[in-house]
Amino acid sequence: MVEVKVQITEEHALIVVNGEVDASSSIHLDEAMQQAVGSDVKAVLVNCKHLTYISSAGLGVFMSYIQELEARDIKFILFDMNETVYKTFEILGLHQLLTIVDTEEDAKILTHEL
Amino acid sequence: MRNYKNIIRLTLSLGIVSWLALLATDLLMLFGDVNNVRSGVPVELRIALLEIFFIALFFYYKFITGRAEKVNFIDLLWRVFATGLIATMVSLTILLFFRLLGNSRLTENVFLISFFYLVFYGLVTAFLTSTLMVWQQLILYQKSKRLITLWSIFEYTLLISVLLSFVPLNLNGLVYNAVLTVLFVLGLVLSINLKWVAYLDFRQKWKSIMMMLAIAFFLAYFFIDLNGYTEIYGQILPFEMQGNLYISALFAFTFIYTLFSLLVILFNLPTSSVFEQKIEEVINFQRLSQSTQAGYKAEQVYDILLESSVKAVFADAAWVEVNDGSKQLLLTKNVAAEKVPALKQQLKEEYHQYDIIRSLPSRLARINRSQKRKRHKMLELPAYRSVLWFPLVVKNINIGTLVILKELADSYNKEMVGIIHTFVSQACISIENFQLLSETLENERYKEELKIANRVQRSLLPKKTISNEAFDIVAFSEAADQVGGDYYDIYQINEHKFIIIIGDVSGKGTSAAFHMSQMKGVFHSLAQLDLSPDKFLSYANSALSRCLEKTSFITASFFVVDTHEHTIEFARAGHCPTLVYNAQKHQAKFLESKGLGLGIVRNASFDSYIEVSKETYESHDVVVLYTDGITEAVNPANEQFGYERLRVLIEESADNEPQVIQQEIIRNLYEFCQQKILNDDYTVLIIKFK
Repeated sequence: MVEVKVQITEEHALIVVNGEVDASSSIHLDEAMQQAVGSDVKAVLVNCKHLTYISSAGLGVFMSYIQELEARDIKFILFDMNETVYKTFEILGLHQLLTIVDTEEDAKILTHEL
Repeated sequence: MRNYKNIIRLTLSLGIVSWLALLATDLLMLFGDVNNVRSGVPVELRIALLEIFFIALFFYYKFITGRAEKVNFIDLLWRVFATGLIATMVSLTILLFFRLLGNSRLTENVFLISFFYLVFYGLVTAFLTSTLMVWQQLILYQKSKRLITLWSIFEYTLLISVLLSFVPLNLNGLVYNAVLTVLFVLGLVLSINLKWVAYLDFRQKWKSIMMMLAIAFFLAYFFIDLNGYTEIYGQILPFEMQGNLYISALFAFTFIYTLFSLLVILFNLPTSSVFEQKIEEVINFQRLSQSTQAGYKAEQVYDILLESSVKAVFADAAWVEVNDGSKQLLLTKNVAAEKVPALKQQLKEEYHQYDIIRSLPSRLARINRSQKRKRHKMLELPAYRSVLWFPLVVKNINIGTLVILKELADSYNKEMVGIIHTFVSQACISIENFQLLSETLENERYKEELKIANRVQRSLLPKKTISNEAFDIVAFSEAADQVGGDYYDIYQINEHKFIIIIGDVSGKGTSAAFHMSQMKGVFHSLAQLDLSPDKFLSYANSALSRCLEKTSFITASFFVVDTHEHTIEFARAGHCPTLVYNAQKHQAKFLESKGLGLGIVRNASFDSYIEVSKETYESHDVVVLYTDGITEAVNPANEQFGYERLRVLIEESADNEPQVIQQEIIRNLYEFCQQKILNDDYTVLIIKFK
């Protein structure tokens, strides 16, 4: 069960993911990503505070956007991720490709850099 | 059954014997009378014999008359008619006999007259009794408790009336009158039970009328004839001739019921076609509703629908047009299929809604209601001036139309529209059932296919235990669905060099299974090249990048085991860290290293994320390879099994045989999850060095 919300402001798109992202619910995450990436913003932020679990299918969603985000020079920052979830990212090696920070403030500061 | 037969035999012989005895008594009495000698035969004996005869016949016919549920009404009536006919024939023969002999002395012979009288009397009694019993069957058709009670009372009263002959008339006129009243009232009440008439069809009604007329005629004839006998010969014969109360009651009752039946059948004649129509509608409805069980095809359902609808409203022409996406069908009745498009065109001009309804199924219900009245208004068509159409809607989708045409204007009444509507709904339900049935069959087929896929995939994994002089390997792999994305394999490069891989495709199910088989292909192509772990993963990433789905990746750990050197060289491509147990220290630890899943970065920069490590091993050391299905398994409290539990578990059980270690892991895992179904593929591979 997952609940994904997208808020698009002038500065960035914010995705809030609540709950578990597994093989069947990853589709909602994908929809949210599509909406955020398609909204012509400079940065996409993902609030992972209430993301309790993410399966490989969920990771696959983030992974599949990496190239597009890079190509369009959109910053992609995940923040407020719990330890277990971070471990999942870490084991797969995705932490080397994605920017993962502690707080929303950190994330916002990062969006203004460069 | 045998009891019945015995009773029938007994009563029949009793009847014959009592009749013969009666004859003998009468002749004896006559003989005495003629010769002026007292015969010494008491009158009571004669009465008793007569009563035995009545009662014997009563029970004989009671048991011999078949039940109306089994015998049809016409057969029953025919039996009464035949009995009456025989009695009449005999009576006429007697009459003819007297006529032919003219005024000869023989005609005045009292013995002969008495004999003929008794023959006739016996036949009439038989006819009346058999008629009574047949009428009983007809009256008690669709019986109720009350009706049976009434009939029983009637029968008992009749039997009492038989015995009344013993009671002197002048002594007990009250009883006589009471019995008479009871018989009359009951007879009338019973006579209005004529439900059987409704079940006759038109032809049967005509037959019944004819037979009822004949029976009424017989009754009248017998009554008059018997009275005639009494009048003419009453003085000559020394005994009472006219029937008693019982015979009179039988005459009256059978005649009243015959009359009632005759009238009711006559008045039912005009409506019988309606009743037949209704019965046919019910049967057609049943055929429609049972079509799924009866093994009909969908086409037959449309056919039944068309046929029944045409019959129900006496339509001049009709057609069913079906287009359910997969097939098109046009069934017509009394109209050539080629003419349908032209007729439709004409209908469309008059009823532009025709196409609107076809294209807008969601608005159907509303349009239907508002159009119901307009539906059969006059049409400016040359041949057909009334049209009734119904959309066929299955699962909210309009799959076709039923169009019924009549030449007369305004010729559909509310009942007709109602019955067609019922037919259409039932047909649609049947069609829906067909669809469900075929969907179920289709699903079954898919399940079978998946079973095959499961078998094929199992054959892609090496056998569960591998043993050689250097190490034992025990593997266990289970998929959440029929097929899964976990993969492990082992390949011997030379005498002392083995490569081992464990992999996990992202996601699960069929797509994961396909990628897993690609992984196997990649592994076996690269295995022969004797590559170092980083090179191997780099080539694998390059190969998989070209064939994996956009959102898919594979995590893997790759090992090169040298049994000479006692070394394990390995690299990790985003897979869960390998657990290694040091037998000397009794300690287990995870081999943490840098890495990245295969297919995540689909270019050469992948190489920079891969790191090769090298460990040495000692005898009895254990290496545990697993997939995240193990560590991410959750219990009802939503806790993950996690890495630490696995590590502790290995420390506790690693001194055992590898088979035991593996079983311990699975047992603990299930215990932890508390039998909650695991919703990911999971694999565990234990390598224990010798």
